[in-house]
Amino acid sequence: MTEAHANGYYVAPPSPWPPLAAAGAFLLLGGFALWLHGYGPLVSAIGGAVVVFVAFRWFGAVIGESRAGVYHAASNRSFRYGMMWFIFSEVMFFGVFFGALFYLHYLAVPWLGGEGAKGAAHLLWPHFVNQWPLLVPPNPSEFTIPKEAMGPLGIPTFNTVVLMSSGVTVILAHRALLAERRRALAGWLAVTIALGLAFVALQAHEYRHAYLDLNLTLNSGVYGSTFFLLTGFHGLHVILGATVLTVILARVLQGDFSPADHFGFKAASWYWHFVDAVWVGLYLFVYWW
Amino acid sequence: MTTDALHPSASGAGPVWRGWRRWLFTTSHKDIGTLYLTFSLIMFFAGGILAELIRAQLIQPGMRLVEPNTFNSLVSEHGLTMIFLAIMPALVGLANWQIPLMIGAPDMALPRVNNWSFWLLPFAAILLWSGFLMAGGAPDAGWTFYAPLSTKYGPPSIDFMIFAIHLMGISSVMGALNIIVTIINLRAPSMRMMDMPLFVWSWLITAFLLLLAMPILAGVVTMVLADRHFGTSFFNAAGGGDPVLFQHLFWFFGHPEVYIMILPVFGVISEILPTFSRKPLFGRVSMIYAIAAIALLSVIVWAHHMFAVGLPVTAQLFFMYSTMLISVPTGVKVFNWTATMWRGSLTFETPMLFALGFLFLFTIGGLSGLMLADVPADYQYTRSYFVVAHLHYVLVTGSLFGIIAAVYYWLPKWTGHRIDERIGRWHFWLSLVSSNLLFFPMHFAGLSGMPRRVADYAPQFAPFNLASSIGAFIFGASQLLFVWAVIKAIRGGEPAGDRPWEGARGLEWTLPSPPPAHTFATPPSPEVVRAEGPHGYD
Repeated sequence: MTEAHANGYYVAPPSPWPPLAAAGAFLLLGGFALWLHGYGPLVSAIGGAVVVFVAFRWFGAVIGESRAGVYHAASNRSFRYGMMWFIFSEVMFFGVFFGALFYLHYLAVPWLGGEGAKGAAHLLWPHFVNQWPLLVPPNPSEFTIPKEAMGPLGIPTFNTVVLMSSGVTVILAHRALLAERRRALAGWLAVTIALGLAFVALQAHEYRHAYLDLNLTLNSGVYGSTFFLLTGFHGLHVILGATVLTVILARVLQGDFSPADHFGFKAASWYWHFVDAVWVGLYLFVYWW
Repeated sequence: MTTDALHPSASGAGPVWRGWRRWLFTTSHKDIGTLYLTFSLIMFFAGGILAELIRAQLIQPGMRLVEPNTFNSLVSEHGLTMIFLAIMPALVGLANWQIPLMIGAPDMALPRVNNWSFWLLPFAAILLWSGFLMAGGAPDAGWTFYAPLSTKYGPPSIDFMIFAIHLMGISSVMGALNIIVTIINLRAPSMRMMDMPLFVWSWLITAFLLLLAMPILAGVVTMVLADRHFGTSFFNAAGGGDPVLFQHLFWFFGHPEVYIMILPVFGVISEILPTFSRKPLFGRVSMIYAIAAIALLSVIVWAHHMFAVGLPVTAQLFFMYSTMLISVPTGVKVFNWTATMWRGSLTFETPMLFALGFLFLFTIGGLSGLMLADVPADYQYTRSYFVVAHLHYVLVTGSLFGIIAAVYYWLPKWTGHRIDERIGRWHFWLSLVSSNLLFFPMHFAGLSGMPRRVADYAPQFAPFNLASSIGAFIFGASQLLFVWAVIKAIRGGEPAGDRPWEGARGLEWTLPSPPPAHTFATPPSPEVVRAEGPHGYD
């Protein structure tokens, strides 16, 4: 027995990737702060490159170990629980933005408009009228005033269909994996990724429409703030999820995953369903309410 | 000469690194635990130097040392450093060393992620402290960095603080899920959940609180960043936002956070008191439920930090009563600890001394917390030195005393040498007297009206502040004894044997001291698990 096989549980050998990943994250974020203060994007770009490089090598090492057969049931359970609780922490991250949206929508803006327990706030800007979506902020002179709110029909509804369908196709891919229909598996995965990319492209188009046609920007008061941060972070997660699915597709094409053993695929699909579920919340509370 | 990472040998064994690469590349929970604890000790002294500067400034009225702006930076960096880089990493370090040993696991479940969690922290420290070198100075909006102090009026270094918090948040989330997975998945097969040691239980519950709270903080600082640079108005009323929203979101993180810093210490105390009383923990099951109850309540009490900002009355009543409710499970714990010692065969080695110090002084902090929970009274106490007294009783004589007790308790296991009891006793008595000289007068300063976070004050507060400052200097100097005791135990001393405290129970005491690099390669037998578990005293 070697050190790695303690208790039948695979304990990874020493690895240079964790400290390098930490250094990469440091350069990426510290460099971003420097960039905000006029020192250019170079440091941040180097950090980003380090993070991508380390991700390749670190996940590469994990994939190699998986193929070498060192992971047994206990390792797979660790990965599953780990992924589950990671997604839980992501739910909390979106939760804080939803929390801010509800607070602003139901408390802060009505108070500024003179309603409710703290309606005395109306004295600050006596001409302010409570409305949601908030088009005219209390002090309009400081902000870009949008012509209208982003309606739910059109792109958002179409995008909902796109993303929900991708949730179905990833399930179909899983079924194909369980039935050992490899071509169908690869096909449905490719369709899922394509739908994800279509979603992102349409979202980008919607942002363009918001900025150029509607005058709706980050600087449009709290409506613009919540709209762009919620949809923006969701969009970033779609891009991340699609990237992960692409890696999974590449592994499928190389013959990885069996009906009995396909944690990587499962983790990616869980993440994708999580991104889907967040979108439902966005569609209801950002676009409709 | 690394092995090709993509094609590890079938055994999975990598090269054995020595020297600096051992510490950089390690995947051993013991090495990572040592890294966490060493780093946290360094940051404890870094944050401590800031505290001594604060006390030097306040030793007399007249603002003799630093300008108000610099003073604000000292206060902010002191708080951020102590909370995120000293107390929290120390607790995670204890978890790293102890949890696998106490549940019979070969290591942490995700060893590489574990190492990543640690190495994010020194980088976060660089970002957090870089502000001292910048134009505009280090972050000066307090450790709570309320908007608009951190948004409209914050210096450039606030951005670096925000990204430091992001790194620390990633570190905490990864550390927390590692701990959860380890406890759930890698426990010795015959150890039932309810038979787990209290320290393990307390960390399991704390880890869930971390997963819940840290992403909230990440979201809040992201909004601060967006308000500062990208034109959003989350915390700007002119755009429909609300600065009070910042406080709600911050404290929704911040209140669980204060329990994150104390619950693992509850676990530590529940290990130490039975050992030196030579009796099983009184009311063991109720202790577990009490920790869980405190954790649940901690998520619904956040606005008691905000009674004076103008909340609706119904909200104030809800948060007042829910806060007071916490004293019930906390009372269960304090009474059970006391009952554990009742008719025990007590001895007073250094870990026991610090645990007893914790018991008395943390309770004082808990009682002043109850005073602050009362809304009308809080209107008087809030933003005064009374709050500073309260939070330092729970954090210094609570969390810190507990961490020190844990280090003295397990150091013989980690190093293989007994601690020098003489140094330990000096350290304890000096810390006990000086911390009370330091923090107790703050109650009076606060009750007589001295506001917190001020660089200068009216002359009538001078005697209280003089006492506090003298206490602070003695307290700071006494901590050097701690370093001495730790280094001495690392370098040599009387061999500890497997079980240096004869009243101790637990799987960690079945291992040699120091334990070999890889422990519990095969899980401990059911007989051993039973004998070392809560039924081992039967």
